[in-house]
Amino acid sequence: MLGVLASMLDGVLVGAVYGLGAIGLTLIWGVMDVINLTHGALIAMGMFGVYLLFSGLGLNPYLALVPVAAAGFLIGLAIYWSAVHRVIGRPPLMSLLSTFAVNMVLIGLGTSGFSTSPYNVDISLPGISLGAYTFTGNHLVAALAAVAIAGGLSLFLQRTRLGKAIRAVSSNRKAAELMGIPAARVLAQAFGIGIAIATAAGGLIATLFPFTVLSGGGYELKSFVVTVLGGLGNPAGALAGGILLGLIEGGVTPFIQVSWIPVIEFALFVGILLAFPNGLFARRGH
Amino acid sequence: MEMIRQPFFWIMTAVIALFALLPPLTHDVGLRESLFLAAVYIILAGNLNLLIGYTGYVNFGNIVFFGLGGYLGLWLVTVFRLPLVVAALLAGLAVAAMTAALWCRILRLRGAYFALASIGIAEATKAFVSNFEPWGGATGLYLPMGAFKAMGGPREALWTVYFLMVAVMAATLYLSYAVKKSKFGLGLFAIREDEEAAGVLGVRTPYYKTLACTLSGVLPAVAGTLFFFKNGVIQPEQAFDLTLSTEAIVMLMLGGQGTVTGAALGAFLYEQFRGYLLISPTFSSFQLVIAGALLLVTVLFMPGGLMGWVYQRWPRLRRILE
Amino acid sequence: MSALLEVSGLCKHFGGLRAVDSVAFTMAEGEILGLIGPNGAGKSTVFNLINGVIRPSEGRVRFAGTEITGWAPYDVVRLGLARTHQIVRPLGDMTVLENCTVGACFGRESLGLAAARRVADEVLELVGLRDRRDVLASSLTIAGKKRLEVARALSARPRLVLFDEVLAGLNPTEVGRMIAVFRAIRDQGIAILMIEHLMQAVMSLSDRVVVLNFGRKLAEGRPEVVASDPVVVEAYLGDPDIAARLAEE
Repeated sequence: MLGVLASMLDGVLVGAVYGLGAIGLTLIWGVMDVINLTHGALIAMGMFGVYLLFSGLGLNPYLALVPVAAAGFLIGLAIYWSAVHRVIGRPPLMSLLSTFAVNMVLIGLGTSGFSTSPYNVDISLPGISLGAYTFTGNHLVAALAAVAIAGGLSLFLQRTRLGKAIRAVSSNRKAAELMGIPAARVLAQAFGIGIAIATAAGGLIATLFPFTVLSGGGYELKSFVVTVLGGLGNPAGALAGGILLGLIEGGVTPFIQVSWIPVIEFALFVGILLAFPNGLFARRGH
Repeated sequence: MEMIRQPFFWIMTAVIALFALLPPLTHDVGLRESLFLAAVYIILAGNLNLLIGYTGYVNFGNIVFFGLGGYLGLWLVTVFRLPLVVAALLAGLAVAAMTAALWCRILRLRGAYFALASIGIAEATKAFVSNFEPWGGATGLYLPMGAFKAMGGPREALWTVYFLMVAVMAATLYLSYAVKKSKFGLGLFAIREDEEAAGVLGVRTPYYKTLACTLSGVLPAVAGTLFFFKNGVIQPEQAFDLTLSTEAIVMLMLGGQGTVTGAALGAFLYEQFRGYLLISPTFSSFQLVIAGALLLVTVLFMPGGLMGWVYQRWPRLRRILE
Repeated sequence: MSALLEVSGLCKHFGGLRAVDSVAFTMAEGEILGLIGPNGAGKSTVFNLINGVIRPSEGRVRFAGTEITGWAPYDVVRLGLARTHQIVRPLGDMTVLENCTVGACFGRESLGLAAARRVADEVLELVGLRDRRDVLASSLTIAGKKRLEVARALSARPRLVLFDEVLAGLNPTEVGRMIAVFRAIRDQGIAILMIEHLMQAVMSLSDRVVVLNFGRKLAEGRPEVVASDPVVVEAYLGDPDIAARLAEE
């Protein structure tokens, strides 16, 4: 029994990182109604970014998050202006396909650069032990970092000018434009922020598990599940959804084979989409 | 049928005849293999067209029909010793029944939600089959040694499977054309344009969507059985290859969704192109990069695809090349 | 003689808001009924409740003797009740003829493609769009799109059409043409329930008028009677003299 509890607690820690991973996706979705199918590729980029800085320059992975996120922001801007800007307002299929196209390009480049070999960020922080169970330092720090970043985003959206502009454009683009807000530029920056968070999440995940160029896909799917759990465009909901997912994973892993977990997650995903088309923690009236 | 009087019917028939006659007449096995793959792609894109091009619902997980059909068919052949054609047809029917029963709730989701749910279903199916012992789990199902004997030996079997696949391709082309010209097709196009308005006009949207989705799964399921029979083995990764699933969408968009010619042309050209890329040593990983770039350009600048461009340039062709 | 359309005790709540509150009225065959009221009075909601786009919270709708409360829109059209939309919804990537063919195929008579095209052609002739039958619906002017909405609804061979502000945004010439179309529709025996703000048109076309405000029915009766009803005047027109002048026209 205790073992299950410990597994679930650990799941909460990892879940916080899943939640962070989903925040970028839900932010972009909520602000501009675009489902960013490059999300996974950029999580993978974050993983590799941190890996390269760590193994190449010896930079502490947690510090490496900063330049990685900054690069993510710039890449996000580039993706927005090249692939997303022209399809805003067009049928959703178009933005799905355009972001998917960029995803194919990124994954293709990634596999030719790094092939599909597994990589690992080899860092081990001292953890906390309670009786027979250890919560590794990596997990604790990653969870704290995730919550900190999510909190930072929330403050940013509430307190800063750009944050408020983003919320304005997301709520009513035409009205925001009439008030003098340069909507396209704001959207671009919102997109950039979403990507920056995705790469940061990727970097954190790299400190937890081994990864390959294709790992991003798996976390992207987890992000979809989390987004659907937490409600579109709801960063706090994403964090909560991520923790919930982590909790479920933690509660279930002691009992079943690891290979069944994806089945459960996807079944959950489809089930929730059918039962709660607006997410479990949905914001009213978007 | 009125269809027979249309020039497009004969264009399709000519193409099918080419597929059926060229390889045996030239005794060219390489050509047969290339056309075999082209036929598979045409089947995937052409049937997907019913749901995406006609009805406007993007099924990212369309590979589910192909993979499940393959598994069901191969299972029937290996366990029940059914002849290939029977197994393939039964697999098609079974997948149709499952689709009609399960997808109607999913089809209630709109736009992007439907697309995501379809990915979820494909991934869930793949994950499930990977764990499903009666179907070999992650190792998959292997065709027993004597399987080809019933068809006169491996060489004969390969030719037979080829002709069967061409038959399925023919069915795909005729089916999509027939639907496009029918009242059912008109209703589907109305749904694609504006689902709510279509409902107000009297189109029974839930039934039409389910029927379109079911139809879009039958022939790929049959093709799946044929493909994996020829392959000798079926495994989850290959059966539910999400890359191929998305490539089907790319082919459709490139060629021009909503048109029969577009689906077929897009599939054919993409297959040729991909085959060339795979052989060229520099380009293997770049296959994905180039496909992605092509898709991006199409979506941004030519959403009507190749046929969209053709129709604009030569409006007369709209009536001839459907 | 049983009524063609019977609406009784119709209510719709959205959370705490009572958008439609105990609305009741009837319509006879071939009648033209005007549904008027200030903006936000609930008129479009009543339409949506009648043709099945929204389910009523309470109340019943009977059409041609059949209870249709809560029916889906596509079933309602089969009985012969068609509607247009206030904000036009053309099937943009299809031609004008194809738009109307959809209406004819899936309307009351459930026709095959060839027969449906013939019906569509006739209807397009009636509304004056026949010369543009092969034009893409998205490329019509707003007046053209409004006429297409009307034509599409008529293609279903309805016994009753709901017209939702068809005249809004049209210039005087176009309004005159559309009114002629309405009269032609009535001559064919089709009943019309119309939401309109153009008082002159409503008062001159309608046999009777129903006035809504804040979701409730304020008044019902012949146009000139309703126009001089002080309750209506106060709610809607503000100035009693306007009512008198309108009644004179």
